[in-house]
Amino acid sequence: MKTQEKEENLNAKTEKKEKLSLKTKLILSLCGIAIGFINGFFGGGGGMICVPLLEKVLHLPNKYSHATAIAVIFPISFVSALIYLLSGSLETVPFLTVGSGVLLGGIVGSLLLKFLPAKVVRIIFVFVMLAGGIRLLF
Amino acid sequence: MGGGTLLIPILTIFLSFDQKLSQGINLLSFLVMAIFSLYIHYRNGFIVTKNLFWIIFFGVISSVLGAVLMSFLPSRILKMIFGVFLCCLAIVEFIKVFKK
Repeated sequence: MKTQEKEENLNAKTEKKEKLSLKTKLILSLCGIAIGFINGFFGGGGGMICVPLLEKVLHLPNKYSHATAIAVIFPISFVSALIYLLSGSLETVPFLTVGSGVLLGGIVGSLLLKFLPAKVVRIIFVFVMLAGGIRLLF
Repeated sequence: MGGGTLLIPILTIFLSFDQKLSQGINLLSFLVMAIFSLYIHYRNGFIVTKNLFWIIFFGVISSVLGAVLMSFLPSRILKMIFGVFLCCLAIVEFIKVFKK
């Protein structure tokens, strides 16, 4: 109930500025192009740009921008997944095995997240990304 | 969030999946996960649907471009570009963590 009230407040706040300025529209469109391209080209990662965009340009608070970013990336990923399917970059068996693992890991991870401080999680994340990135280069 | 940036290198490096296959799997498993998390976030009222049109409209168009371009590149090259992309993301994240 409380969150519903919050949502109404937030919608009321954005309603005042409903008419977006041309500049904001331009920024949103350009970032949309970047998010879509990266998400289609790399099969992910669009959310990493979308979250800060929603925070800085549309002034959404942290939790709202994370949730809303998923709603933005969803149609974009859906369309690019179709292209991947059509271009033959997908196989069913590995998807089903990996997919169920991801689902399980997602549940375990969201439960664990309550016990680990956010900063520790992010630092681990940074180092895994860096190691993976360097390994892929060679 | 950010699960994909880990899943793709894990699949490519440790299971020696083709880079394109890893990316495709990541897209699909994101879609599956997103259905659940969107439902939960929507019920909690964390999704603000206003002003999203411009991002989604242009995002969908350019994602088609990106995916088509990807399908023409050899996996080896794509892997290297993805490696550079990951390193950049890691550096940006690193700066953000220590700024706070």
